[in-house]
Amino acid sequence: MFYRETGQYKTNYGADEQIFPIRQDRIGVMIILAFAYLAVPFIGDDYWFSAILIPFLILSLAAIGLNLLTGYAGQLSLGSAGFMAVGAFAAYNFMLRIEGMPFLLGFILAGLSAAAVGIVFGLPSLRVKGFYLAAATLASQFFIEWVLTKFPWFTNNSASGVITAQKMVLFGYAFDTPMSRYLLTLVIVTLLALAAKNLVRTRTGRDWMAIRDMDVAAEVIGIPMLKTKLLAFAISSFYLGVAGALWAYCYLGTVEPQAFELTRSMQLLFMIIIGGMGTIVGAFFGAAFIVLLPIFLNLFTSTIFAGQVDPGMLSHLEQLVFGGMIIFFLIVEPLGLARLWQLGKQKLRLWPFPH
Amino acid sequence: MAESRHLGDIILKVDHISLSFGGVNALADISFQVRKGEILAIIGPNGAGKSSMLNVINGVYHPQKGTVTYKGETRHHMPPHRAAELGIGRTFQNIALFKGMSVLDNIKTGRSLKIKSNFLMNALWFGPARREELEHRQKVEEIIDFLRLEDIRRTPVGMLPYGLQKRVELGRALAAEPELLLLDEPMAGMNIEEKQAMCRFALDVNDEFGTTVVLIEHDMGVVMDISDRVVVLDYGKKIADGTPDEVRQNPEVINAYLGVSH
Ligand SMILES: Nc1ncnc2c1ncn2[C@@H]1O[C@H](COP(=O)(O)OP(=O)(O)OP(=O)(O)O)[C@@H](O)[C@H]1O
Ligand SMILES: [Mg+2]
Repeated sequence: MFYRETGQYKTNYGADEQIFPIRQDRIGVMIILAFAYLAVPFIGDDYWFSAILIPFLILSLAAIGLNLLTGYAGQLSLGSAGFMAVGAFAAYNFMLRIEGMPFLLGFILAGLSAAAVGIVFGLPSLRVKGFYLAAATLASQFFIEWVLTKFPWFTNNSASGVITAQKMVLFGYAFDTPMSRYLLTLVIVTLLALAAKNLVRTRTGRDWMAIRDMDVAAEVIGIPMLKTKLLAFAISSFYLGVAGALWAYCYLGTVEPQAFELTRSMQLLFMIIIGGMGTIVGAFFGAAFIVLLPIFLNLFTSTIFAGQVDPGMLSHLEQLVFGGMIIFFLIVEPLGLARLWQLGKQKLRLWPFPH
Repeated sequence: MAESRHLGDIILKVDHISLSFGGVNALADISFQVRKGEILAIIGPNGAGKSSMLNVINGVYHPQKGTVTYKGETRHHMPPHRAAELGIGRTFQNIALFKGMSVLDNIKTGRSLKIKSNFLMNALWFGPARREELEHRQKVEEIIDFLRLEDIRRTPVGMLPYGLQKRVELGRALAAEPELLLLDEPMAGMNIEEKQAMCRFALDVNDEFGTTVVLIEHDMGVVMDISDRVVVLDYGKKIADGTPDEVRQNPEVINAYLGVSH
């Protein structure tokens, strides 16, 4: 009854081509945004901002980036954390070496640098597909890590390889509290998520899905293979680069290349698989699953078994349950949480009538 | 039929095309011409080289010898995207739809070449991007109406029955408003009603928009009914080229093709 399109007759195509064509979806997004912008800053505490919400938002952004490339354009990548590293270190160097560089411009340049590197490492995609492409992107992961550790210039000759993010100041306002950083991250992630949604529902996204689903047919339609694939690499890497910069500036504060290891790339891949390949909302579901579930599990086990079981044992147990749930999800719903969400909405559409 | 129709100049000319895969000669010295507004059928037994011929025309295969002349532009090899730009549309023998996308999006994708807004405008959904998407939606809806796909426009194509998938693929090709339409067995595996509908669509497209059609078809009834001219291939060679009646009476054709039961 509550989630239904009936009665929402669209009298022109403009109404049907909106970013969220169904009214309930529009309202839902509004409510979530209002909650995130107006309520969370008041009810959240520093722990929630710094340890949960900020990493959740940044990982969602990174997962969107990877999903554009892998979920939409069909190019499997194992090197996404490498592009995050490029973003983080590019932002650092731009702000370090250019006097008075505004940090937002630094973030944009970080994204563009990652995009440029992404294009270079996307070149093999013109020749190879699937596992071979995955291997090539894996090479990019190691190569980027290697370059950042090998050449001290990138870390400004820091002996430990650790960089400390510069202060973020905008019109005299310093983003130095967890809450202000949360809001900054939220604004950037909101804007880029909406842009991604627009990309995938217009020509750019359709061209990506076309080469993903049937490349010969796409070519025969006139979709340029080279340009379309490289654009996917560029935009995906841009998102990952901005996410990397945020990871350094809004989340960690100090960062070393090891923060962007292969494990991170795999984590992002898990997120889009669990959340839902080829969906934007799935990136948020996947990030929530990966970031929040371990915390809930921890809370759960520590309240239930508190004092009775050895804590080391508990953390192993948590990991076991976590791994088990990932496998369970992949078997029960290979299309991810976004698919479950969609099915739920379809049920609601018919509710309370069974058919 | 052929007599009553007015046909234009030659739009497509293939000259001495030879194509082989390893030791297999898929096409051997094939030449023929297609006039504007014509419906040309290519027939022949399995493995005769029919699909390969279409693949040469729009650049999917590179012939070892010969040239393709389309609208006066002669090429040894035409890249597929160039063929698309010049107005050559195409459907495939084995359905080649974009499985993960809806009917609407599949057909919209067929118009990609006509959409000019770049990714930045798309991301921001401002000005030209929005206007263009709406304009093209209008065109796509016309095709959806024409092919009677209104009820399934939101359905992912993978969930559709075979006959409808073929129809959506035709829709995707039509979306580009092609001047020359290459159809590879558009009616294969269809029941009689679906075939009739498909014939109707092909004839209407040809009639209303003057689209030139080159189609491959095994059903001789269909071929004799709708085509102006027939080219017969057998083992990569052209053995006949003429009106349906001429071809039907050609002894070599009877021998090679019509003789064997299908
Ligand atoms: N990509 C390819 N690689 C190798 N051989 C090919 C390829 N495409 C076609 N052939 C060969 O070329 C010959 C002609 O094939 P083609 O598909 O053009 O025949 P066809 O007339 O369309 O047959 P059918 O009626 O079965 O569709 C066959 O021997 C086929 O095996
Ligand atoms: Mg064939």
